[in-house]
Amino acid sequence: MPLLRFLSQDGEGFVPPSTSDFNLPPVFGDNPYTTKPILLVFLSVIAVSVFFILASRKAAILPSKLQFAGESIYGFVRNDIARDNIGHEFMRFVPYLFTLFTFVLTNNIFGIVPLLQFPAMSHVSFPYVLAIFTFIVFHYVGIRKQGIGKYLKDIMFMPGVPKAAYILLTPLELATFFIVRPLTLSLRLFANMFAGHLLLLVFILGGDHLLKGVIGLKLISPFAFAFGIGLTFFEFMVQCLQAYIFTLLTALYIAGALADEH
Amino acid sequence: MHVVNLAAETTNPLIPHTAELIVGAIAFTLLFLVLRSKVVPMFEKAFTARTQAIQGGMERAEIAQQEAQRALAQYTEQLSKAREESQSLREEARAQGVAIVEELRAKAQEEATRITAAAHASIEAERQQAITSLRNEVGAIAVELASKIVGESLDDQARQSRIVDRFLDDLEKSK
Repeated sequence: MPLLRFLSQDGEGFVPPSTSDFNLPPVFGDNPYTTKPILLVFLSVIAVSVFFILASRKAAILPSKLQFAGESIYGFVRNDIARDNIGHEFMRFVPYLFTLFTFVLTNNIFGIVPLLQFPAMSHVSFPYVLAIFTFIVFHYVGIRKQGIGKYLKDIMFMPGVPKAAYILLTPLELATFFIVRPLTLSLRLFANMFAGHLLLLVFILGGDHLLKGVIGLKLISPFAFAFGIGLTFFEFMVQCLQAYIFTLLTALYIAGALADEH
Repeated sequence: MHVVNLAAETTNPLIPHTAELIVGAIAFTLLFLVLRSKVVPMFEKAFTARTQAIQGGMERAEIAQQEAQRALAQYTEQLSKAREESQSLREEARAQGVAIVEELRAKAQEEATRITAAAHASIEAERQQAITSLRNEVGAIAVELASKIVGESLDDQARQSRIVDRFLDDLEKSK
């Protein structure tokens, strides 16, 4: 840091990007409902709705390119995530899982879309909301399927385990089902998006700062940008992966709640 | 660095914002309703239609194949039948041909025999005729010749004829 400060022309120190960079002020006046992430979330709802309505509108046997694209995503969620994990009752959960996947994916990818360039899921509120929905869904499904008594009993007293083990297992299982699952689900998504965006900020802003420096630093600057671009591709992968993981885990939790024994 | 730390303290990224929680819930619900009512049924419809189309196509292909096999069997049967028929026809024709040839040959033989017989008869008749006429003629010539030689006229018809007959008998005997 002192070296950088010494070398930079204007003498200003480089302020590395921090959590404060995620605090974006409202776009319109003081209205807290017009911040960038909120607008992006609404944009994602419109974009996803429009895209899939257009893609599915004709429901043709021989799909157009657009329909094929939409069907590929839908088929992936329907077959690879829902059907393969949940089993014969999967169709009930396809709309939810499909919404989850497209919603998370779109908001993640906003992180690398030019001009938008902010992953809404790096604001922890959105992953929280989604995790709460998933939490409600899989518990509700389990209770409806097995009755509240049996459902809770199966969670607290895992069948086929020696009684002494319950001292250890019961609190662990309760924590798993009611705290760890929703928390890890949301924090995993949030942290990945948060860290990814921060990483991109470091390299892009760093490269920009280096460009303002003396000649030696100017020469280093392209490397920072190149790294930033490389990381953008890497981020794309992470964004898709996180959307997949969130949806997959939700499907697994639902499958677990539907199964007779946990 | 101090500034940074202060900033980090003021904004703990793990604390949710009320506005974002509300918006997130509304937005997600909205998207869920849209996708569930508009998109999922349409895609399912397309999937079902496609499955049915493929199944229908396969069934149609199966039916067509059965049809083709039936037609093939029919044609094969017809062909073998036709072959048998032609074989029997050929046999029959050959037999008929043989019969016809036999018949013709017999007829020709008969005809030939008849013609030969007729020829024999006519030759015989002509010969008889020639003999008769010759006999008369030769008789006349001989008598004339004899009368010329002898100088004696044999006017008497009966005598003349007797002489001629005798002469001819002598001729035949001397042969």
